[in-house]
Amino acid sequence: MTAWEDSRVPETADLTQDVRDRLKEIWEEKPGLLGWISSVDHKEIGKRYIVTAFALLIVGGIEALIMRLQLAGPERRLLSPEAYDQLFTMHGVTMIFLYASPVLSGFSNYLWPLLLGSRDMAFPRLNALSYWIYLAAAVFLYAGFVVGHGPDDGWFNYVPYASREYNPAFNIDIYALGLILLGISTTVGSANFVVTFLRTRCPGMSINRVPILTWGTLTASVGNILAVPSVSLAFFLLWMDRQFGTHFYDANQGQPLLWQHLFWMFGHPWVYVVVLPAMGMVSDGLPTFCRRPLVGYTPVALATVTTMALGFGVWVHHMFATGLPNLALSFFSGASIAIVIPSAVAVFAWTATIWTGRPRITTPFLFFAGMIVLFVIGGVSGFMTASAPLDWQLTDTYFVVAHLHYVLIGINVFPVVGGLYYWFPKFTGRMLDERLGKWNFWTMFVGFNVAFLPMHLLGVMGMPRRVYTYPQGMGWTATNVVVSLGAVLFAIGVLLLLINVAVSLKRGRIAGDNPWGAPTLEWATTSPPPPYNFAVIPSVASRHPLWEDALGESTARSRIDHGLLLDRGRETIATSPLDAEPNLILEMPADTPAPFLLAVGLTGIFAGAAGHWWWLSGAGGALLVLALLMWFWPRRMHADEPEAEPAHV
Amino acid sequence: MLQPLHNGGAPTGMSPDWPMGFLHTYGPRADPVTGLAWGLSIISIAVVVIVTVLVLTGVLRRAGRGEVAALRPVRGEGGMQWIYIGLALTLVALLGSLVWTVTVLAEVDSPASKPALTIQVTGHQWWWEATYSGDDPSRAFTTANEIHIPVGQPVMVKLTGADVIHSFWIPTLTGKTDAIPGRTNVAWLQADQPGVYRGQCTEYCGQQHAHMAMYVIADPPAAFQAWAAQQRQPAAQPAAPQQVMGEQVFVQQCGACHTVRGTPAGGVVGPDLTHLMSRRTIGAGLLPNTVGALSGWIENPQAMKPGVLMPPTKVAPVQLAALRAYLETLR
Amino acid sequence: MSEAVYQGAPLPVGARRRNSVGWWGMLCLIATEASLFAYLLFSYYYIAVQRGKAFAPNPHPSMKLSGPNTIILLASSVAVWWGEEGVKKGRKGQHLTGLGAGILLGVIFLIVQMFEWKAKGFGPTSGSYGSLFFTVTGFHMAHVIAGVAILSAVWIWSALGYFNQRRHAPVSIASIYWHFVDAVWLAVFFTFYVSPYLMW
Ligand code: HEA
Ligand code: HEA
Ligand code: HEC
Ligand code: CUA
Ligand SMILES: [Cu+2]
Repeated sequence: MTAWEDSRVPETADLTQDVRDRLKEIWEEKPGLLGWISSVDHKEIGKRYIVTAFALLIVGGIEALIMRLQLAGPERRLLSPEAYDQLFTMHGVTMIFLYASPVLSGFSNYLWPLLLGSRDMAFPRLNALSYWIYLAAAVFLYAGFVVGHGPDDGWFNYVPYASREYNPAFNIDIYALGLILLGISTTVGSANFVVTFLRTRCPGMSINRVPILTWGTLTASVGNILAVPSVSLAFFLLWMDRQFGTHFYDANQGQPLLWQHLFWMFGHPWVYVVVLPAMGMVSDGLPTFCRRPLVGYTPVALATVTTMALGFGVWVHHMFATGLPNLALSFFSGASIAIVIPSAVAVFAWTATIWTGRPRITTPFLFFAGMIVLFVIGGVSGFMTASAPLDWQLTDTYFVVAHLHYVLIGINVFPVVGGLYYWFPKFTGRMLDERLGKWNFWTMFVGFNVAFLPMHLLGVMGMPRRVYTYPQGMGWTATNVVVSLGAVLFAIGVLLLLINVAVSLKRGRIAGDNPWGAPTLEWATTSPPPPYNFAVIPSVASRHPLWEDALGESTARSRIDHGLLLDRGRETIATSPLDAEPNLILEMPADTPAPFLLAVGLTGIFAGAAGHWWWLSGAGGALLVLALLMWFWPRRMHADEPEAEPAHV
Repeated sequence: MLQPLHNGGAPTGMSPDWPMGFLHTYGPRADPVTGLAWGLSIISIAVVVIVTVLVLTGVLRRAGRGEVAALRPVRGEGGMQWIYIGLALTLVALLGSLVWTVTVLAEVDSPASKPALTIQVTGHQWWWEATYSGDDPSRAFTTANEIHIPVGQPVMVKLTGADVIHSFWIPTLTGKTDAIPGRTNVAWLQADQPGVYRGQCTEYCGQQHAHMAMYVIADPPAAFQAWAAQQRQPAAQPAAPQQVMGEQVFVQQCGACHTVRGTPAGGVVGPDLTHLMSRRTIGAGLLPNTVGALSGWIENPQAMKPGVLMPPTKVAPVQLAALRAYLETLR
Repeated sequence: MSEAVYQGAPLPVGARRRNSVGWWGMLCLIATEASLFAYLLFSYYYIAVQRGKAFAPNPHPSMKLSGPNTIILLASSVAVWWGEEGVKKGRKGQHLTGLGAGILLGVIFLIVQMFEWKAKGFGPTSGSYGSLFFTVTGFHMAHVIAGVAILSAVWIWSALGYFNQRRHAPVSIASIYWHFVDAVWLAVFFTFYVSPYLMW
């Protein structure tokens, strides 16, 4: 242990093998199960997030395929209504809450410190905590489904159908508590991103130099911090109504519409939460393949923030049919139409980047470029439902189902898969296969459009959503068959991805540090990166540290091979929020099982509440307090630490 | 298994292929929305086509060759004008759409003339109750799932939910309005042509949300008056002994849930059956109202509408036959 | 050459008051908790407006206990602030007294709140007003309890000598949380005890 020091001038060093070895010793994860549980390395956590989220995508996808079997013809009896209701609910819950957002957290967790030139996130332990709670919440939410009492009121779970009177089983309680649990994970994760963005960028990375992905995740995180309490509260009040007979939502004493307001005040911002980081991936990925910087960095960054800000003012467009006065309808229609503007900025910026660049057609590029088209299709259908009188016809039909899949799959799944092709070499050191990749893209792209484009038509033909079957003679049958076939094709596309990953993990071409010749910092370190990311902390002088020579925009050069050393324990540099000037040497925590224990304790509390096993809640609470003490117990000051402030600081 | 009912019969000119489609509408509450639907669709399709073409041509025209990493990045001047031009066009389209939206909202807000009548429609799990209450409460009557209206006249609909939220939707006549417990929402509709217009519940309301259809039947005014007068009557007294026995069974077995005016059966859990046989469907549009369907339904509605809130009837075959004979008198 | 590589003055090592990442993390926590209370109060006003007179408490809630209790909570904030000033100036006595007084006043607030709850003629299940009253004040009390627990932990650590004039980020972080809990009370107090006089 080094002697205590109050402050010091951080040393700088050249990037040498010696330095690497020293840092590796400090940062390496301990072996064994305990080491695995205790790891707080953002890369490790990011990978766990991505793998878990993909597993859940497949679970949710299989649920969807079963639904499509049932809907492939009129009056089919493959599924009972109860089974169908649980399937579509768990499908929506899984995709929205357990896949779409966590997968982006995974990418951001893995990539942020690399993009920002840091050695880890601001709160590595909080990072581990948010993953463990996410995992626990996923298991929790599926517990009811597995024993046959899954939630069955759709992902937005309207009351009074969700009240005890109409839904007496414990299914809704599971959903309520599981989502509150998940909300905790989301919130601590978001706080971590915000502080990481503000404090741990490398020297020189002022906020007009960060990659757009970080703008996306930052915006989404701020959105979460402000919006998630709404849904957690909504579910908590519902749980109180169900368990203790309070009167928040019942028709006699309370107000069923309160639920809808609370849910959608969260729900609309949330849909941007699950796309803004993915749009960021496209904004950062496209330029690499177009061999030029993104057109309109500043407008795109501003559009990202504006989308979220406006996103807090449109929630009523999910409630156009609830009988609100015309004035309110006009206002929320107007706001929802206005929200097209920032999205338009992004779309035109990407198109211009392609047009004024020299695009190289690789698999990631195909996914990113294909996403633009899907985004526009999904966006304009949202624009149509934004018009209140038209929404009276479209709402709760398959038109909305089409809209939500175009935006969710188009702006989330496609960029994510593209992102996987793009960053897989960084994650693993090996490339995914390009030829299989192109097959992968075209199967997914064609399958997706065959499955979901006709859903618009189904909506216009009047097919309501959330029906477990439909009568003959409505004109819906043929279209439903096409949709189901498309769904299978899309699933085959996903399967190709899985195969590609499985094969390339072992046999993929060795990637090297920067296989795409990309401009940003994550490509400046090895693939896969060492536990400490950067042996010397880089300092940057532009948005494209690795393209500076080619672009020749200015004389200033970023430094990758020479920088702050920070090798007295796990350390990294903290910088000022706007200009990224170093102002603190951060002492990073060691690996610890505290986050895992805390998550277990918390889950115990929730499981106990769900089953009324109050002893379990008590035990969980005790574990939680222990873990918290373990976590926060301050470090003993060194014996030689002086009591008073030295004069020069 | 009985074949489910398709379509109650389309109004003249209505596409029989798409009974629930709303691109052909038949009344002033829906027509302006259809125009709007076309307008916004055209804008949307144009936007999609333009962007798709731009992306495609951009990719194909300028695609580079060789390893990505080997291609030297370029500074790339310009490009910003894309954003400016795109935004300018977008703003024009958006502003136009907003103005159109607000205009249509105002247009369909309320009917041009005073409504001919007001119907109280209540959504139940999983059927619709319709009460016609004129100025004179003694002339009020209740029916279910099939709503008759006079052609060419605006009709007010007051909506509420008895248990959970449902949503009232007759695509060819009016967009959706939710039926929410503890609230009364108001919609209106008007059919310009006589005919049968299908509608369906569109807010997820539980297991049989899929089978919660309804029909609006627009009759010429005289026919409508005749229908209303008939509905106002209590049920006729059964004559044949079997029917009389059936009535007893009904009052005992079914009276707790169903009303037949003129008998002691006064339940309000299920649909009013006073004039059951005047309806063309049973089970909220599920089955045609035929003898076979009716007997099947009474015997075991769960087989036809799993989860339905009506229990199977456990009585001797004689009694069941009597019950059916009685129901057939409810004209 | 590499103008961005650090060449300046010595940098502090480890957590420092507002410069510490923990401080920023606490601000995030406060933002999300503030949102939570905003949604709670939204629920109150929404149901109040929707249900109108039927919802209004009758008679209007009394300030006999809640008024003085508000002052107690505000006083606790002052005490905690004074205690934090103590550690900044290296005065351990002032530091421990200030924090201790804050904790004590917080506990008194909680006890008075229990009496306030007892004095109500209705319960959480007797109607939506009751549900809201007990839930919102209950949420707030839970935050007071959390605040007291945090302050107590910090007090013990201070007493054990973990902090000093330069290194006391946890003290600052705990105090800002406490001030937040007090500020929220003002909003809750206004909503439940003042707004009925303005609305009905
Ligand atoms: C995942 C992300 C996501 C995204 C990004 C969006 C984006 C948008 N959404 Fe969507 N929405 C959902 C997810 C999303 N939505 C989900 C999940 C639901 C259903 C929830 C449920 O009921 O289960 C839903 C439902 C939904 C409804 C309610 C429908 C109903 O239930 O009746 C509405 C209504 O206004 C709406 C509107 C919009 C609008 C205006 C946008 C805009 O942001 C889109 C803006 C983008 C563009 C328009 C494309 C780019 C622009 C141009 C190229 C410029 C030129 C364009 C024009 C001139 C039009 N959405
Ligand atoms: C990210 C979000 C997301 C994604 C990816 C999907 C993907 C799919 N969705 Fe989903 N969907 C929603 C979000 C999403 N959905 C939401 C929010 C709702 C609303 C829910 C509600 O109303 O409450 C909904 C509702 C919904 C409905 C309407 C149900 C109804 O209203 O009754 C339908 C119907 O067709 C449907 C279909 C599909 C299909 C066919 C896919 C396909 O893309 C699925 C493709 C398949 C896979 C991805 C799995 C791949 C599997 C393999 C490769 C096999 C591998 C096997 C092993 C390893 C053993 N979805
Ligand atoms: C526990 C309550 C209950 C009892 C008892 C009951 N019903 Fe029903 N019945 C219902 C409900 C609820 C519906 C509406 C079902 C639906 O469409 O979802 C219904 C629907 C019907 C319908 C179809 C009406 C229509 O217009 O669609 C008929 C006919 C009917 N019942 C006859 C009977 C007969 C005959 C008996 C007695 C032998 C009976 N019911 C007993 C609750 C009941
Ligand atoms: Cu009633 Cu859906
Ligand atoms: Cu929305």
